[in-house]
Amino acid sequence: MNGEPACVIETRNLQINYGSFCAVKGVNLSIEPRTITALIGPSGCGKSTVLRSLNRMNDLVPGARVDGEVLFYGANLYAPEVDAVQVRRRIGMVFQKPNPFPKSIYENVAYGLRINGWRGTKASLDARVEAALRGAALWDEVKDKLQQSGLALSGGQQQRLCIARALAVEPEVILMDEPCSALDPIATLKIEQLMSELRQHYTIVIVTHNMQQAGRVADYTAFFLMDHDRAGQLIEYGPTSQIFSHPRDARTEAYISGRFG
Amino acid sequence: MLELEHSVNAPVASEPLQERRASGLRRRIRPGETFIQILLFLCACVSIATTFSIVIVLSREALSFFTEAGVSVGQFLTGTTWRPGAGHFGVLPLVNATILTSLIAMLVALPLGLGAALYLSEYASARIRGVLKPTLELLAGIPTVVYGYFALTFVTPLLRRVLGAETVQIYNMLSAGIVVGILITPLVATLSEDALSAVPDGLRNASFGLGATRWETAIKVVFPAASSGVIAACMVAMARAMGETMVVALAAGASPNLSLNPFEPAETMTGHIARISGGDLSYGTIDYQSLFAIGLLLFGMTLLLNILSRWVVRHVREVYD
Repeated sequence: MNGEPACVIETRNLQINYGSFCAVKGVNLSIEPRTITALIGPSGCGKSTVLRSLNRMNDLVPGARVDGEVLFYGANLYAPEVDAVQVRRRIGMVFQKPNPFPKSIYENVAYGLRINGWRGTKASLDARVEAALRGAALWDEVKDKLQQSGLALSGGQQQRLCIARALAVEPEVILMDEPCSALDPIATLKIEQLMSELRQHYTIVIVTHNMQQAGRVADYTAFFLMDHDRAGQLIEYGPTSQIFSHPRDARTEAYISGRFG
Repeated sequence: MLELEHSVNAPVASEPLQERRASGLRRRIRPGETFIQILLFLCACVSIATTFSIVIVLSREALSFFTEAGVSVGQFLTGTTWRPGAGHFGVLPLVNATILTSLIAMLVALPLGLGAALYLSEYASARIRGVLKPTLELLAGIPTVVYGYFALTFVTPLLRRVLGAETVQIYNMLSAGIVVGILITPLVATLSEDALSAVPDGLRNASFGLGATRWETAIKVVFPAASSGVIAACMVAMARAMGETMVVALAAGASPNLSLNPFEPAETMTGHIARISGGDLSYGTIDYQSLFAIGLLLFGMTLLLNILSRWVVRHVREVYD
């Protein structure tokens, strides 16, 4: 496969502490290119913490400390010479609550390009904004009102705007932290369809509370659970079909079948 | 178990269900609530009543100034000489000094105050903020007369040493303006910091998630989102600078002087009111009444500033909605 590495992101013995509290430990996860990987598990199991460590968003949390390695194409993102700002330009993020900037739809999408020192013409910027909005399946709904505030859109549209905003800087990986939890079922469906399309070009890692959602969209599923010290651990990881139909671990099966969580 | 069921069922058996339900919902009269409401309303009224009284007193005395002294409103507003002894009541020198010192103050306070606010809300760790913010607020608690002597005995000599004693006079608007600026910096900083901190973290995370640095996030996302609050903070500070009295009275000199040169002495509106009313001025004289005309004008200027700030805030907000 023309030299493409087997995995885009790989964590090795990842442990994350908030102060003296160990949020998650011993996580070994490898994420393949152009797949959707779902991180599932009950509240507090550390799945969002793991997600945020993949593009160094945890750096912004006071007291957070990451041990172990997160390899991005084989290079450790937590090596001292790595710039967290550059990491986030290549590994984008979509958040739980739609958080468009209080700017126009156009400026929301152009923001990432502008801070990356966009030097092109107005026309080429327009083209990039349109491409990102098309990529997020939002173009047809907003093409006539690009100068309106992003906050005037519906919740589902806002979330797709946030996805478009992330796509505009052409990241390789998109991290999604429960992107549908604040949306109604129809908006959720649209986002899920969008994710399946985006998978052709991007690697997606999604945290979800919704097991059905993981079952619908994810190629791979990782199940997290906290141990007796309340530290999250990766219990089982594999193709989604296997995790859902033939889990190897009894705890996975108990969670999948809805016996707790 | 049986006993429990019995006790739950007992009242239902003894009175009709309908009546029992309705009785708990009957409207109650709470005299305490009414009393508190009236008391709080009166508290609100006091400040409104005070403002109105001030306007009435100012207007009445100012009116008699204009009618009895034979000074027309036009002469008052456009006259370039203020010499009450000679019958010259042109307020422009005083207005000019007030605006000039306030603008110098804003030139000092805006960068310092906004810089401090950005540092506190976007950069400082919780521990540093815990030390810095109270310290900054402490500055606001220093009596203004202390600032006045700080201007006169520290800033002015410093300016004269740096820029030359022949350029900078002992009493000058620059020194007064700089120190008023220092005086209102905490106001700009704390009010702006409140506005910046109120910006939801989701916006910051979105920006960081796109690979923005702290500075880019602060300037391009947080600051615009907080702009209405920041502008309001600046307007409040400007009004405060225009009303500041002690520093200008001590450091800017006591001679009404229409000059744009900040190295020269010039008396501001507040400084003049303080000096004249502190002297042996007899009630009802024209000099006495002229002070009320100045006061009314100053009130009008700050009111205008207030209205302007509201308009700006609304205008800026419209851009984003």
